[in-house]
Amino acid sequence: NFMSPEGAAKKSGADQEEVEVKMEKTEAEAAFPPTFSVSEIKNKQRRHLMFMKLKQEKRKQKIQLKKKKKKEREALGDKAPPKEVPKTIENQRVYDETTVDPEDEEVRFDEGTDEFSAYFNGLTNPKVLITTSDRPRGRTVKFCEQLATVIPNAHVYYRRGLALKRIIPQCIARNFTYLMVINEDRKVPNGLVLCHLPDGPTAHFKVSSVRLRKEMKRRGKDPTEHFPEVILNNFSTRLGHSIGRLFAALFPQDPQFVGRQVATFHNQRDFIFFRFHRYIFKNEKKVGIQELGPRFTLKLRSLQKGTFDSKFGEYEWVLKRHEMDACRRKFQL
Amino acid sequence: MQHDDVIWDIIGNTQFCSFKVKTKSQSFCRNEFNVTGLCNRSSCPLANSQYATVREDKGQCFLYMKVIERAAFPAKTWEKVKLSKNYEQALEQIDQNLLYWPRFIRHKCKQRFTKITQYLIRMRKLVLKRRRKLVPLSRKVERREKRKEEKALIAAQLDNAIEKELLERLKQGTYGDIYNFPVHAFDRALEQQEDEEEEEEEEEEEEEDVGQREYVEEELDESDLSDFEDMNKLRTSSDEEEEEEEEDEEDEEEEMEAETEAESKGRGSKGKSPANRSTPTRKKKRAFVEIEYEQETEPASKTRTT
Repeated sequence: NFMSPEGAAKKSGADQEEVEVKMEKTEAEAAFPPTFSVSEIKNKQRRHLMFMKLKQEKRKQKIQLKKKKKKEREALGDKAPPKEVPKTIENQRVYDETTVDPEDEEVRFDEGTDEFSAYFNGLTNPKVLITTSDRPRGRTVKFCEQLATVIPNAHVYYRRGLALKRIIPQCIARNFTYLMVINEDRKVPNGLVLCHLPDGPTAHFKVSSVRLRKEMKRRGKDPTEHFPEVILNNFSTRLGHSIGRLFAALFPQDPQFVGRQVATFHNQRDFIFFRFHRYIFKNEKKVGIQELGPRFTLKLRSLQKGTFDSKFGEYEWVLKRHEMDACRRKFQL
Repeated sequence: MQHDDVIWDIIGNTQFCSFKVKTKSQSFCRNEFNVTGLCNRSSCPLANSQYATVREDKGQCFLYMKVIERAAFPAKTWEKVKLSKNYEQALEQIDQNLLYWPRFIRHKCKQRFTKITQYLIRMRKLVLKRRRKLVPLSRKVERREKRKEEKALIAAQLDNAIEKELLERLKQGTYGDIYNFPVHAFDRALEQQEDEEEEEEEEEEEEEDVGQREYVEEELDESDLSDFEDMNKLRTSSDEEEEEEEEDEEDEEEEMEAETEAESKGRGSKGKSPANRSTPTRKKKRAFVEIEYEQETEPASKTRTT
């Protein structure tokens, strides 16, 4: 076997190292870390082997540690220290100073006098106009139709290349309260502009993961005409509150519990998940839900104060990726 | 004028011309001073010492003229004349400048000028219309967001959250009297009792009801079970408690007092009213039967039987 002296040295060195490792293993737990590191071995195969062995060793130690801890816990019984709560992103969330306190006077006053106050005081009934961008393709059209069944009092109109700025005054004249424009890209809906009509805020969302009704597993029959209930989860900051009210005002104020339908907007880490379910109470502790209706997720991209005006509008909030996505635990809604 | 034919012999047919673009049917000339854009003997700017074109720059049209007298000065060959913005006046300008020039060049210059004005008008109109703005997506960002969305979906545990919220609402009584589940009312009643010490009253009422008769049957458990099996699309954890609770609901309708709901649960008897027999068939046909309707019909029949 012809081997260069260095190769021979390394091999014997590796052998020696292997021997060392084995000896350390036989000594129960390693007393001190070996002075060599696996990455110094030049031979790839051996290096790989050594690395695998190292990993196995570490895994074993971890399991042993866990077992020990469990035994200790059981031994202590009631006196055991409480289980540590695992860190999640929600736990570690950076505290947002705009988080709304439920008893905040200022917030309550603002909400009493903002653009939705008419709706929340019961003066207006929601009437929604759903349209798309130019020349919508099949999926978008179906999505619009299904949305129209989910939202009571919604009308779908075909956009014939009309400018939004001209549509808006006409809508206001016909007493619409909401304008929803679904933007399409490559035959798939990917954006949503939600504009509260008489002069209200305009929100622009990115739409993703759209599932139409026929793609749902184990779904129920089509939604009926009853007004659904609305669930808004986790809208905690000031911005979240305004978006939550934006969604709430889409649906009529008095849900018909007879219909047993519920529309949910759940905010998690700045993604708003929309689901539409039919529920049934089996007893007071159990409820069964069955998903009907489309589902999609939204991510807020910008909130504008007046009606839709991309050039001259006054933006209340815009998603700035560099600032806002830098920290993993910081969320806006 | 002397070289023109020679030049055309060379570049036109036999040898190479760098401005020439050949296709199957026709050849084009890419020279920027060409009037027609085709590669012809009369349209070639290199092979004609007397030549004229119309070109536009930033919305302004100019007439370029080349004459043989300036053939020796390459930098000064093209004479540039600014044309008026008015269409007719510009046409007259072309005519005046190209007076006594060959008919072909005059005609082609005017045609080119017409085309240019037309496309300038169209450009101005388009700017006023709504333009579709194409926003580029960054693939890395999209991938990242997709992953974040998946993780957020898992963290959200939507079904649990929705169920919890619905149960909360039931507890708080937003549904009013539609669903009358005794245990829930029992809890509420319990809380009241702890505060007000109404236990004694309850015991008395329990004794009262001991005398009352109830029709207890156990056969209908299966039918009830099967009804719920039909609704197996709904996620169920266990069906054991259901029957008891159902029966308790029906019992409750008899006793319209809130406090007495406590004993009906306390009794825990498997009581079913005969009226329930009529409803199973209805339940099987429909997946979503409203429980409340059944309850409303039962008391009438119950009063008849009792």
